[in-house]
Amino acid sequence: MADNGVNKGRRRFLVGATSVVGAVGTVGVAVPFVASWQPSARARAAGAPVQADISKLEPGQRMTVEWRGRPVWVINRTPEMIERTEALGEDVLADPESAKPQQPGYAGGHLRSIRPEIGVLVGICTHLGCSPLFKPEPNAEGVGVVDWPGGFFCPCHGSRFDLAGRVFRNVPAPVNLEVPPYYFVNESVIVVGEDGEGA
Amino acid sequence: MANPNKAKAERGLMRWIDDRFPATQMWQEHLSEYYAPKNFNFWYFFGSLALLVLVNQILTGVWLTMSFNPSAEGAFASVEYIMRDVEYGWLIRYMHSTGASAFFLVVYLHMFRGLLYGSYKAPRELVWIFGMAIYLALMAEAFMGYLLPWGQMSYWGAQVIISLFSAIPGIGPDLAQWVRGDYLISGITLNRFFALHVVALPIVILALVVLHIIALHEVGSNNPDGIDIKAKKDETGKPLDGIPFHPYYTVKDIVGVAVFLFVFCAVIFYFPEGGGYFLEKPNFEPANPLKTPDHIAPVWYFTPFYAILRAITFSLFGLDAKFLGVIFMGAAIAVLFVLPWLDRSPVRSIRYKGWISKIMLVLFAISFVILGVLGVLPPTAGRTLLAQVCTVIYFAFFLLMPIYTRLEKTKPVPERVTG
Repeated sequence: MADNGVNKGRRRFLVGATSVVGAVGTVGVAVPFVASWQPSARARAAGAPVQADISKLEPGQRMTVEWRGRPVWVINRTPEMIERTEALGEDVLADPESAKPQQPGYAGGHLRSIRPEIGVLVGICTHLGCSPLFKPEPNAEGVGVVDWPGGFFCPCHGSRFDLAGRVFRNVPAPVNLEVPPYYFVNESVIVVGEDGEGA
Repeated sequence: MANPNKAKAERGLMRWIDDRFPATQMWQEHLSEYYAPKNFNFWYFFGSLALLVLVNQILTGVWLTMSFNPSAEGAFASVEYIMRDVEYGWLIRYMHSTGASAFFLVVYLHMFRGLLYGSYKAPRELVWIFGMAIYLALMAEAFMGYLLPWGQMSYWGAQVIISLFSAIPGIGPDLAQWVRGDYLISGITLNRFFALHVVALPIVILALVVLHIIALHEVGSNNPDGIDIKAKKDETGKPLDGIPFHPYYTVKDIVGVAVFLFVFCAVIFYFPEGGGYFLEKPNFEPANPLKTPDHIAPVWYFTPFYAILRAITFSLFGLDAKFLGVIFMGAAIAVLFVLPWLDRSPVRSIRYKGWISKIMLVLFAISFVILGVLGVLPPTAGRTLLAQVCTVIYFAFFLLMPIYTRLEKTKPVPERVTG
């Protein structure tokens, strides 16, 4: 007999079946190794919301709180700042109406905040993760433009944002600064990292 | 032999080993009877130098691991401990940090040699591809190693590079979080990078180096004339233009090693920080997630690709500038892998290629260097424009290669190697 009594069909089936079972097993074994790279329970706990007291934040000032290791800015905008920010339009800003989902639903509009004077922004440039500098005064030095309305300037790659965290046109950053989830516990205490009850 | 009995005993020992392990056979195949073209020039030093630096990195790396503490709390202090308190710790660390830059320097020169003499062309495509895989693994190794001292530039450099993943639409942010293992770069990230840098990637790199050399020795070395020395053999089957790698090239390479070590030691002892390019100045400050350094630049060996990333300031095909930049940066490396199939020239070496190839190679080399310089500097409008021009030249060199290598007139290739 040419094939020495070998049942080739059965051999092919067994090789195929063994290969499939082996492949499934390999994928199964990969699961714990891949999943092990997810944030651990401790890391998730450390990413919990933070509280901040804003009673001492004077108009025109900024304070920084740390949430998930990132700087979160709370700024108290003066009426003049709000006026200058509201005046900016589509000719200079890339996304003036906050159309891209960089903020919770309750923080839309031009000022991107719950209360017009209190702005809450994640202080990380949306380009490559640097932390922009606070340049609130009009026509500040070192922002690379002459007609500066006040805002944030990223020293890494020159991205510019207004005092509502909206990105200017023709800078490397593609979208507005992120607004984290937040709510006011009362007049002077804010919680960052969690949506309020009503949201 | 003064002592015939001793020689006889040695022969007996070798035979005993050879019956069990092909020691003599391997020695002959890879060294004493591996025939390399006799016309190797200056550019052929860098393969063996890369091997030397690899040994340096592994040796010093193992020693550094003995005193390093891979935690967010202890990493920076343990590097200072190595620098100040561990006996000769400063030397071992500077050998390692300078070795990283030296590795890329010799690898870039080694790769340029390949471009000059067409060493990637058939039948050496796999030699080139294994080499590119080594280069890729080396970039990952260097990137992860740079996080370990946990200085400001370690931290923010890693922040910039990992955030490249988050530019991928859809899965990006989750992928970046998966790589970090946290909502930000933290001790968790440091620990996993340490494991990859010290265990996983060195194993991969060593395995790839073995594959690179086996593939090379299977097809034989190319040479500055780009001609096949196996075509002309003497009556015993040895290539007429070949000489045994050992002792001829082992001895020649020792000269290269001596010159290299002279420069290497000068850097280690007199400019270990490389003027802020090998060890960047902000890295002498511990990592601080709340304070970005004024200017973030990767280490010099990544800057050409970083400049390409930054040169993309426009959107195209509905992709935003950030993701497009990542795509261009990835493509700049990926295109090197397919180089063997882009070059359609009938000759290998630049010596016999036409003038278009020569001009393109010069332009490519110049724009690569300019991109490298731009990647270190903060961007301005003029620099961005220059980076865009250089990016176009970089890609034109590769993407137009199938056209200009086929159209141009090549010179006749000699029968035997020249000088």
